Amino acid sequence: MEIGSLRLKTGLAEMLKGGVIMDVVNAEQAKIAEEAGAVAVMALERVPADIRRDGGVARMSNPKMIQEIMKSVSIPVMAKCRIGHFAEAQILQELGVDYIDESEVLTPADEVNHVDKHAFTVPFVCGCRNIGEALRRIGEGAAMIRTKGEAGTGDIVEAVTHMRALQSGIKQLTVLEDAELMTRAKELGAPYELVRWVAKEGRLPVPNFSAGGIATPADASLMMQLGAESVFVGSGIFKSDDPEVRAKAIVMATTHYMDPKALVEASAMCGDAMRGIESQKLPESELLSTRGW
Amino acid sequence: MVSTSVPETRGESQNQSRRRSATEIERGNADVSDHEMSGIRVGVLALQGDFAAHALALEAAGVGEVVEVRRPRQLDGLAGLVMPGGESTTLLRLLALERMDDAIREFHARGGHLFGTCAGLILLAKEVEAPSQASLGLLDVTVQRNGFGRQRESFVDQSKLEWPGRPAESTEVVFIRAPRILRVGPGVDVLVRWKDEPVLVQQGRILGATFHPELSSGVPIHRLWAGGLAAVSL
Repeated sequence: MEIGSLRLKTGLAEMLKGGVIMDVVNAEQAKIAEEAGAVAVMALERVPADIRRDGGVARMSNPKMIQEIMKSVSIPVMAKCRIGHFAEAQILQELGVDYIDESEVLTPADEVNHVDKHAFTVPFVCGCRNIGEALRRIGEGAAMIRTKGEAGTGDIVEAVTHMRALQSGIKQLTVLEDAELMTRAKELGAPYELVRWVAKEGRLPVPNFSAGGIATPADASLMMQLGAESVFVGSGIFKSDDPEVRAKAIVMATTHYMDPKALVEASAMCGDAMRGIESQKLPESELLSTRGW
Repeated sequence: MVSTSVPETRGESQNQSRRRSATEIERGNADVSDHEMSGIRVGVLALQGDFAAHALALEAAGVGEVVEVRRPRQLDGLAGLVMPGGESTTLLRLLALERMDDAIREFHARGGHLFGTCAGLILLAKEVEAPSQASLGLLDVTVQRNGFGRQRESFVDQSKLEWPGRPAESTEVVFIRAPRILRVGPGVDVLVRWKDEPVLVQQGRILGATFHPELSSGVPIHRLWAGGLAAVSL
């Protein structure tokens, strides 16, 4: 019997396509998210906006809190481990979470190496800013990629920058001659076999979602139209004035991302979005997306 | 290299029969021509889930036109609708929002075929447990959500496909956070069992799987299902 294979790992990501994955910090929020139509929840102690505000070391969440969330909803539950912190990942796997996010939102545990994700039965999602980073993570065993954006800002600009960079990186590979692919792989710092695969197929070998800065139904539609297959919404929902309604509106906008009428309806449902921080004005030291390589 | 004790004639006939059965599997129902398959229009419910994988599977099966369905009017002129895997709670909400639940019931009532996998099966079932939730109630089975457990309990195995009018054949079954069928009503046929429990069932024009045939290569079940739609005109 086959278990823990890449096919089963990416298979679950296939099931999450066209959906919204919402950050939640307790069972009550998880229920609101499920009720609103989230395809999965990300269990964490503090949403990225609060991690930014509070500072300090951000770590894996308390297992008790993750378990409470797992008990409260029937949809998949994801949780974050620090970059390179394979012991946190082992704990999350033992807990039975459905996906592990090796996330730049937490304080990195290893300045050089990411987790060897092939060693796990549970699938991993990792962030990226471009094609090289995406293929390195897939090479390490990630079964889902999300563009990073700049988490906790409510500013979509970095999410757009990263998605455009990724898509254009994919397109560029498809027009190269076979003979050029090894040098390109070297420049990208990406596994040659994966570079060849993308050059031939014109897409990533695993589903590609978007994260970091989505705060409105229009943001969700924008990312879907730019090629995201689902969206992660972190601080955007529970840092707004109207989490229940906003969650429903973002789900609606993600499903009907190409339908302007539905987008008007979804946008009109919402009150004030999270206030947000302009990510271009953040000092280099406060950027989360530059964590990991 | 050519050291075989098997007489050539016998070898040839074995090869021929193997080739023949492979062609039959590729074509689905042996009596459906490629031309007939290319005339079929099938929809895939694209509100959420692995609808893209189903669309690819249907195209690989030779279906002429595959349409993404998000609104009731998009059901017009389709012979069948696939309800994909995904999250059933999300799909339920989106179905109600667009009045797609009523539209799918009407589509079935006027002769449309339905094929649900995993979450799609949960939506079609008469009763849903763990937790109990609303459904279209068109397929007389009781389904338990996440019956095997969480993602780490997901698995791939082999089972036997007993499609009506065809010899039994081995088939791959991919289970991802899969539901289990706890009860099968009197009018429901079981086409695949995994360790004695029903995993592919049929009732009239409805086919339901707890596993994901769309994630297996060769997509034999999509070929067989789509082959059965060649005679359908709505």
